[in-house]
Amino acid sequence: MATMMEQGVSNKTEPAATSLLSIRNVAKHFGKNIVLRDISLEIAEGEFLTILGESGSGKTTLLRILAGFEQPTAGEVWMTGERLDTQPPYRRRVNTVFQHYALFPHMTVEQNVGYGLAIAKRPTAEIESRVAEALAKVKMSAYAKSKPSKISGGQQQRIALARALVNRPRLLLLDEPLSALDANLRRQMQVELKALQREVGITFIFVTHDQEEAMVMSDRIALLRSGELEQVASPREIYNRPATSYTAQFIGHTNLLHAEVRQGIATSGALQWPISLTDGPALFSLRPECIRLIPSSSVVSNSSPASNNAVRFRATIRDQAFHGATDLLRVETDAGLMLTIRTASHNLPNSSSNSDIEFEFSTGDAVAVRRSEDRR
Amino acid sequence: MKNPRLLTLHALAVFSFLYLPIAVLILYSFNGQGVGGFPPHDLTVNWYRILFNDGPIWDSVLNSLLVAAAAMLIALVFGIPAALALDRAQFPGKALFRRLVLLPLILPGIITGLSLLMLFRVADMKLSLLTITLGHGTALISVATTEVFAGLQKLNRAQEEASLDLGATYWQTFWRITVPNLKLSIIGAALLIFTLSMDEIAVSFFLIGRDNTLPLEIWGRLRRGITPEINAISTIIFMFSLIAIIFWYRLRTKSELSREIAAGLADAANEC
Repeated sequence: MATMMEQGVSNKTEPAATSLLSIRNVAKHFGKNIVLRDISLEIAEGEFLTILGESGSGKTTLLRILAGFEQPTAGEVWMTGERLDTQPPYRRRVNTVFQHYALFPHMTVEQNVGYGLAIAKRPTAEIESRVAEALAKVKMSAYAKSKPSKISGGQQQRIALARALVNRPRLLLLDEPLSALDANLRRQMQVELKALQREVGITFIFVTHDQEEAMVMSDRIALLRSGELEQVASPREIYNRPATSYTAQFIGHTNLLHAEVRQGIATSGALQWPISLTDGPALFSLRPECIRLIPSSSVVSNSSPASNNAVRFRATIRDQAFHGATDLLRVETDAGLMLTIRTASHNLPNSSSNSDIEFEFSTGDAVAVRRSEDRR
Repeated sequence: MKNPRLLTLHALAVFSFLYLPIAVLILYSFNGQGVGGFPPHDLTVNWYRILFNDGPIWDSVLNSLLVAAAAMLIALVFGIPAALALDRAQFPGKALFRRLVLLPLILPGIITGLSLLMLFRVADMKLSLLTITLGHGTALISVATTEVFAGLQKLNRAQEEASLDLGATYWQTFWRITVPNLKLSIIGAALLIFTLSMDEIAVSFFLIGRDNTLPLEIWGRLRRGITPEINAISTIIFMFSLIAIIFWYRLRTKSELSREIAAGLADAANEC
């Protein structure tokens, strides 16, 4: 509580040059149900930040607090030196693209897009030109006079985007805007949205439960779990250096290795590799594509030493699933440890020799992660 | 009931049971021989001529229209905010209020009429068209509330949030987004209240002063003996009701049709 107070008081003196939005110790309770606890996050000007989480993780609630539809139970939200969370939604320079678009059915596309400007009492000529510009930007000029019910879901999506962007907000919130679209259209919109964001330079906060979508689009990902931030990092970092076992499992596939560290050596079943950690139990994440299959021809002799920082082991292929360019293998090591391995399809040995195949991984690819405790 | 012919026959029987009396009523408004006698003889529009020159009947029609219009206004003015409160506000006893607001619909008109009569007595109000209007208005608030409440339940709240998000205040949002979306429910409620008030007898009977409403005028004349003139005025009322029903039905199907199209498009977008 004391730190919260200090932050609130000292805000005006804080440099706001790089940070557009500052979420400080925000919590949200619905009765006894704690939806968000102690969320703190700085969002930079022009950033594309994705709030990623499973359903029930609190991501939509966080977005609604930023939009002004919910009040935080504790904590504050500031935007460039101004307190945001005490403002009603209509006084925030924040606009939202809603999950199901929420277009006004009794207005034309044009009237929908011009709604914010009309409310702001802009001159008619300005409204017309800005609406036309916004519709052109989302390639929907031809539908200006249509009613929302007469256009497709993807088109409604574009109109919702135009309706928000036309007001030139400081911050655009997007609440799973692509979830209602089919897979192909969704991929196309991901690319378009990202391009549009770079073009207009507006800060985007994008909420999704789809980790692939988050990886493709974001500058940074804030992974939310049961109302708490699990990790905030760039897609690359969050994938390559997951901080916790939950992150490692939620973003992509991984192998979690339970190991015991003794004097700089980690041991997990038959696997051993050097690690600079204090002694005790430890958890490691090893991505399936970090394990390489060693072609049998190269195993001339067992004495051929693996490079210093590689760990070699033998395993039997138990299961194999074709995924296009790659195959996913389930293998069992001699010590009974099951591992998932992703390998290029052409690397696979003949199906006749599924047992006693040699694999290796680089010691640096086994990333020590914190164990994620059950919170609920 | 597998036999479709039997089923058709049954449907026909129900249908004629419902509409034969009305058909007979209309037919006998053209009967030259007065009421009675089958089949009708000497078809004439004479009864309509008599009707159009009948001052008291038209006075009562005018009274009824006035009462219905005013009652409609009262019911809407009080009923719409009540529906909004039920939909949005959180207050103690909300569940009870929700049921109580429906009570006047279920309560026999005799009870409503009698209690209103006692209230006006206590308030020392002279019985007149005003007391009938107040009676109809209060008794029919429940109709306005339930109709508009149903409309609010169907309303997508995200639309209102979108409006707030785009800079509109709560008041602007109400007028620009909420009301246009409730238009159909409000018109429906208004029509229903108007019709219910037009043919209301029980409550009116207790609250009547010097001026008659149409149903009471007709009822009064029936006591003096039935004439085809009553059939004629009933036929005219029936025609007006029919027009109102058709108007309402077309309004509703039109909007539901466009909603269906929207839903269909959304599905199609998801599939392709």
